[in-house]
Amino acid sequence: MALDSKIPQGPLKDKWTNHKNKINLVNPANKRLIDVIIVGTGLAGGSAAATLAELGYNVKAFCFQDSPRRAHSIAAQGGINAAKNYQGDGDSTYRLFYDTVKGGDYRSRESNVYRLAEVSANIIDQCVAQGVPFARDYGGLLDNRSFGGVLVSRTFYAKGQTGQQLLLGAYSAMNRQIGRGKIKMYNRHEMLDVVVVDGKARGIIARNLVTGEVERHSAHAVVLGTGGYGNVFFLSTNAMGSNVTAAWKAHKRGAYFANPCYTQIHPTCIPVSGDHQSKLTLMSESLRNDGRIWVPKHKKDVDAIRNKTLKPIQLKEEDRDYYLERRYPAFGNLVPRDVASRAAKERCDAGFGVNATGEAVYLDFAAAIQRYGKEQAQIKHLDQNDAALVKQLGQAVVKNKYGNLFQMYEKIVDENPYETPMMIYPAVHYTMGGIWVDYNLQTTIPGLYAVGEANFSDHGANRLGASALMQGLADGYFVLPYTIGDYLSHDIRTGPISTETKEFEAAEKKVNSEIEHLINNNGTKPVDYFHKRLGKIMWNKCGMARNEKELKEAIEEISALRAEFWKDVRVPGTANEFNEELAKAGRVADFLELGELFAKDALVREESAGGHFRDEYQTPEGEAMRRKEFQFVSAWEYKGEPKDAVLHKEELTYENIEVKERSYK
Amino acid sequence: MNLTLKIWRQKDANDKGKIVDYKINDISPDMSFLEMLDVLNSELITKGDEPVAFDHDCREGICGSCSLYINGEAHGPDRLVTTCQLHMRKFKDGDTIFIEPFRAKAFPVIKDLVVDRTAFDRVQHAGGFISVNTSGNTQDANSIPIEKVNADKAFDAATCIGCGACVASCKNSSAMLFVSAKVSQFALLPQGQVEATDRVLNMVNQMDEEGFGNCTNTGACEVECPKGISLENIARMNREFLTASLKG
Repeated sequence: MALDSKIPQGPLKDKWTNHKNKINLVNPANKRLIDVIIVGTGLAGGSAAATLAELGYNVKAFCFQDSPRRAHSIAAQGGINAAKNYQGDGDSTYRLFYDTVKGGDYRSRESNVYRLAEVSANIIDQCVAQGVPFARDYGGLLDNRSFGGVLVSRTFYAKGQTGQQLLLGAYSAMNRQIGRGKIKMYNRHEMLDVVVVDGKARGIIARNLVTGEVERHSAHAVVLGTGGYGNVFFLSTNAMGSNVTAAWKAHKRGAYFANPCYTQIHPTCIPVSGDHQSKLTLMSESLRNDGRIWVPKHKKDVDAIRNKTLKPIQLKEEDRDYYLERRYPAFGNLVPRDVASRAAKERCDAGFGVNATGEAVYLDFAAAIQRYGKEQAQIKHLDQNDAALVKQLGQAVVKNKYGNLFQMYEKIVDENPYETPMMIYPAVHYTMGGIWVDYNLQTTIPGLYAVGEANFSDHGANRLGASALMQGLADGYFVLPYTIGDYLSHDIRTGPISTETKEFEAAEKKVNSEIEHLINNNGTKPVDYFHKRLGKIMWNKCGMARNEKELKEAIEEISALRAEFWKDVRVPGTANEFNEELAKAGRVADFLELGELFAKDALVREESAGGHFRDEYQTPEGEAMRRKEFQFVSAWEYKGEPKDAVLHKEELTYENIEVKERSYK
Repeated sequence: MNLTLKIWRQKDANDKGKIVDYKINDISPDMSFLEMLDVLNSELITKGDEPVAFDHDCREGICGSCSLYINGEAHGPDRLVTTCQLHMRKFKDGDTIFIEPFRAKAFPVIKDLVVDRTAFDRVQHAGGFISVNTSGNTQDANSIPIEKVNADKAFDAATCIGCGACVASCKNSSAMLFVSAKVSQFALLPQGQVEATDRVLNMVNQMDEEGFGNCTNTGACEVECPKGISLENIARMNREFLTASLKG
């Protein structure tokens, strides 16, 4: 099937308005006759569920957690971008669009990104109206901070809990509709297949995670807001339950999977401490507003620090290498994530890592504490030369801005980051790749939509900080509710979709047989054993730097591991009960397929772009080298084994932005 | 570290349940409490036994999934953390640790340490929202200035993660801290004023229907709350409730 991205005609800035004016609408009385299933209740799924229910559709929403409020959007920390230009620092829709396309290393679709920038301002208005308590200044107006890869302050925030506050906003909008009966909520349910009838998505098969019952649910359209697949690396900043299963099952039913190799490795996470570790914890990018990143200049100091004979605060300024400020003077510590991560890896690979494993760099707040302390002393007419007082005042300001993050750090690492620099290292955080969608957010299966991180659409090869929340809410509040109406307008006479059809029966049978296989396998190793091994392959061979030899090895190794998994995995208990190991086994089975496609995609993409860095393709200074012939989206069609997947290309054209070398120097 | 664990095991909601003893060795003080349970579960599975079921997801103290009543305290002995942020360095080699579910009439056990907290969701359905449509046709965000003190207090109340530690810690199994956090968030903001009367009446009514107990101001909830939600919110909700009752 040829890919049709359905980008509307006309000038970039008019495309969305014109499109909205031309698409079909469903009248309010008919909306009551139409059912929509939404899987996932994070920012994208939750906001879509609330909005579609408000419009009058009958929504059935599913999440695997015990409440929609626990979706992993809750953990997003730093903020949400919007082109409000409240700071008067030159921001505009075009500039947000430009920054996002450039930040994505010219691998995203122009029209989608422009629409995202266009609706961004409205998101903030909407959230404030819902009672989201964003940070404010003393005049009562909204405050902003800066994030990586941009030269303006456009990030709105609620301390280090912006994701939590936005998700609770969407959750409250959902609650209003649940109370009215317009959303039927299915907690602790996991989607295990999409049901396609006559070429259209007409329902899902879901497992009730409490009773184990496998259920059929029908609707006129299905929306996946199921997040990213970072947990294919086992260790990531994702929640333990975050998984690719819904997206992967959709892929197996005909939805193309786009750019699986585009993964964001976030530069500021708490380093790995040992083999027991189950997940990694992010330290928000917002910390780079005030924190300076460095390693010692000299190897002898590195050794002394590792032997604990020297404390980092004892090292003189001139013996420190603030490598981001040195290499990227224009953006300094606020370069985009892919650039910051690679720079940290480069220093650590060269032997300058500051912890026992050699995989950590410092994020230091001493300078900010001094700066803020002096400012406060000035405001309060106190003695600016009293070092202890200045430090105390400065720490109070930093605590007010980032208090919860500092507390998290201290609890995990057992060190006080107000007194000694934080140690950080890159970790898997977000996946730009995902289900391929057209301009309407529809996948290659008619009636199946993907929103938020689950789709591939807006971030190209690298996502800018504070843009994930923006995209999730843009898709759910302001894009999908329009575009899905166009599709559903053809279903006003269809009537309820029956679940008593051969398609539902076949899908249910398939799901049951996989569950039975896992339960009766009687292998010897727990699910985590395989997941950890998969993670190691992914991190070592498909991580921050990739090359042909290792990618080929990864493909072989993952394929072999998958065979071993099916032979030797042990799932305790039965299928008809609360059985977390069974749920995990199903998810890891899908990761074992996705991982191979991921490596294959990385192998085929013979260039470096954003988060995808190939050793063979770099500039003399070690920066990513894009290649014109790879200016396309890779959309993979399922054909059985991942090795048989067929590549379709969506060529990317840039008419409103000049494609040039991405520089942050 | 070598430890003795005394864990509540209960097959399903109808099972009576009992404490079962487990020995676990070579635990690193840098492990989180849940990673220690991961090790136990991995050993149980390999031996052919049933792993211990417990709720968890983000493992960074924000989703509110994890619970556990550890040595008689919700989320264990450390302050201002959830169980997933509790580290084994807070225990000593040779310790015996009791691990039980959050217990309350309104939180029935599903299995082992997993409880059903959907009562919290239903309280939110009753009024935990501002009735504004998500159409985007709202006024500009900065057209509603909000005093910083109130904005900050609303934020502090809004950081509740809905874990249920307040209910589990309360001798009456009261949900006042949870409900008052949401009522306070909106009571402190101008956007929340329009529906203030109905909101507090409906949410308190639903709270009572779910079978949560009354508040007798012992303050255990505030002490055990992993997010430090203040008792001040309960006072504010009482005031809101009284005003609404007189109006209504």
